[in-house]
Amino acid sequence: MSPEPADRQEYNITAYTENQVGLLNRIAIIFSRRKINIESLNVSPSEIEGIHRFNIVIVETEEVVEKLAKQIEKQVEVLKVYFNTNADVIWQEMALYKVPTDVIAEKVLVERLLRENGARAVVIRKDYTVFETTGHREETDNLIKALQPYGLIEFVRSARIAIIKASDGFHHKLREFERREPSEEVAENEFLNDREQVFTM
Amino acid sequence: MFQNQPSAQPTASSAAPALAPTTGAVATLQALVAEGVDTIFGYPGGAIIPIYDALYDFKEQLNHVLVRHEQGGIHAAQGYARSSGRVGVALATSGPGATNLVTGLADALIDSTPVVCITGQVFAHLLGTDAFQETDIINITTPVTKWNYQVTRAEEIPEALAKAFYIARSGRPGPVLVDITKNAQMQTFDAPEYQPCQHIRSYRPAPVVRRKYVEQAAALINSAKRPFILWGQGVVLGGAEAEFKAFVEKSGIPAAWTILGVGALATGHPLNVGMLGMHGNYGPNVLTNECDVLIAIGMRFDDRVTGRLDKYAKQAQVIHLDIDPTEIDKNVKTTMPVWGDCKETLPLLTALVERRAHPEWLARFNDHMAQEVEAVIREELFPTSEELTMGEVMQQLNEITRGEAIIVSDVGQHQMVACRYAQFNHARSNVTSGGLGTMGFALPAAIGAKFGAPDRPVVAVIGDGGFQMTIQELGTIMQTGVDVKIIILNNQFLGMVRQWQELFHQRRYSFVDIQSPDFVAVAAGYRIAGQRVAARADLRPALEKMLAHSGSFLLEVMVTKENNIFPMVPQGCSVAEIRLR
Ligand SMILES: Cc1ncc(C[n+]2csc(CCOP(=O)(O)OP(=O)(O)O)c2C)c(N)n1
Repeated sequence: MSPEPADRQEYNITAYTENQVGLLNRIAIIFSRRKINIESLNVSPSEIEGIHRFNIVIVETEEVVEKLAKQIEKQVEVLKVYFNTNADVIWQEMALYKVPTDVIAEKVLVERLLRENGARAVVIRKDYTVFETTGHREETDNLIKALQPYGLIEFVRSARIAIIKASDGFHHKLREFERREPSEEVAENEFLNDREQVFTM
Repeated sequence: MFQNQPSAQPTASSAAPALAPTTGAVATLQALVAEGVDTIFGYPGGAIIPIYDALYDFKEQLNHVLVRHEQGGIHAAQGYARSSGRVGVALATSGPGATNLVTGLADALIDSTPVVCITGQVFAHLLGTDAFQETDIINITTPVTKWNYQVTRAEEIPEALAKAFYIARSGRPGPVLVDITKNAQMQTFDAPEYQPCQHIRSYRPAPVVRRKYVEQAAALINSAKRPFILWGQGVVLGGAEAEFKAFVEKSGIPAAWTILGVGALATGHPLNVGMLGMHGNYGPNVLTNECDVLIAIGMRFDDRVTGRLDKYAKQAQVIHLDIDPTEIDKNVKTTMPVWGDCKETLPLLTALVERRAHPEWLARFNDHMAQEVEAVIREELFPTSEELTMGEVMQQLNEITRGEAIIVSDVGQHQMVACRYAQFNHARSNVTSGGLGTMGFALPAAIGAKFGAPDRPVVAVIGDGGFQMTIQELGTIMQTGVDVKIIILNNQFLGMVRQWQELFHQRRYSFVDIQSPDFVAVAAGYRIAGQRVAARADLRPALEKMLAHSGSFLLEVMVTKENNIFPMVPQGCSVAEIRLR
């Protein structure tokens, strides 16, 4: 295997797409055919009605990420693709922790635990309690360490979601992208609200 | 730009589109007719019977060609598309019918061929149950289609097909598959008048042309001392042959072609310096590493063209004209990207470049060509040996057809010989499987090419190996009476693999020795005329007889068994390390 290029780092790829059956597979194939592992994947509705947003995290060089972004954008149902390093985005992951309530009640100063880890108790039942934290990987990992001695029953962490830091958001990003990857100027917005007049299926 | 304009434009006068009750199957065929389709290639089966039933009543408008295997169907649709510039259409049933299309879809995707495949699918309520002849064709074909879609209700059909045709032929063309469940074919619905698709909000077929980049590219070209043009199929797909010729002639720059670009500029044009790549000409390959400005037009720097990328044209400033932004900087870093359809960008560039000639630089290509003629070409085309060569067959064919024929080639040594030596005066004359290298392509593609260009002679050049991969399509020729001339260049080997084994594996000829049936007798079994030739004296008369024959003809030519295709850039070498021997 070839040595890891030194300039590999985490990139957040954001794709705005139609909400279409099968598109997830089309996008996933772009990574898998190059044998690139997706670290995290989140799909959700966006601020624009009917338009979905993919957040994909991979560890790669900028050059590779740029090619991948172009190939994703080439898919018919994809409107626009951006990519950012972690420094350019605000990102969060959410984690849930399930622990036995009796142990927790007996042995832990729950309030302190919550405060120290920025956590919230979501559910408290006789048999178990569920905590939630949100943050970067190291932050959500902290509570695991704190809870492990008390019989952590279940743990789950969400995919990453990210939002751009610049105050003008993606509109500005879009212009920048257009300079490098020309297409019709801001053309997607022109048709975004004309659902009926254009072929959307 | 890509033809196949719908023959029936929606009328502006009628306020509300008319609604008429029809079945999904009829709506499917109405869509094809509205898209200007005249010929479809297909094979029936249970899941597509409703469409075939409807076809019974569409015989006047739609010519259906019954192929002998679905792979033959899609290759025929590709041949049709390549020779005509229109969208090729293939029909297949679910399950095995649909999976037999996969090779052709992959071939069409990599060679940017506009094809629409319609497959039948099991009833919608059975999807995902492993029903009889159910395969998940949408997921199977996702990596090999430009777009695909599953229809489960009749009402979706007109819009799905309108999108399919638009996507297949626009921008960088490609194959599209629409899978229609049986219930959707059978359902009756109130169909509105067919509306062709002109815009999809998430789809940008061609990027907007940036004048600034064109100006900078022109400045770079005007400052060049040793500029060199590489062109590919993008010129043909854009219908930009005339614009390309004007650019080449005004700029006076030597131009070389990729295997799919050939024909865009006549083979005999003084600035056409030959073929690029692994089995391309000597000069273009060597001088790629000496030019100062490389102008790539509608080509994608395939590895068969570039050889080792880290040693490819490192000294040159690169200008890349392409409609597909993903191709820019993919393999070769550009100095100046010129995004857009070359039909649009080339005239802008031509207007800005100075009228020049590069006599000394061009002379170097000619010097290299003289060397290549001496070392390889003369003996190949005018052999002194007793046995026949593939090259002399092409040479004789050129003399008879004078560059007017459509040459369809299969994959192997004969393909390289056909593409290197065939004379092409027109675009859309070379039909071959470039990017995928699909053996078995030529026979069905030739059938399709003839339907796509019925007024032109179609000659298929095929190896003894590849011919046996789709030999069953002789049945399609028999049944339709389509006029295809078939030349089998029989070296009794899987020649190209044997060549590699000879050169790179110490002559260990592992399973490349292939036996063949009596091809002429097989053709006769299909009531196709034929002849076998093994002596030089018989070659010319046989070729003349074949071309004069009315209807299809199979000519088997016995050629030297162990001939090699040179020049050759060995895999893993730089293009400048091309070997003449
Ligand atoms: C479907 C398929 N299988 C295998 C190959 C690998 N292959 C490339 S060329 C070749 C030999 C072709 O032999 P033949 O058709 O006799 O043509 P020749 O090279 O002798 O002209 C083979 C096996 C291929 N290109 N396609």
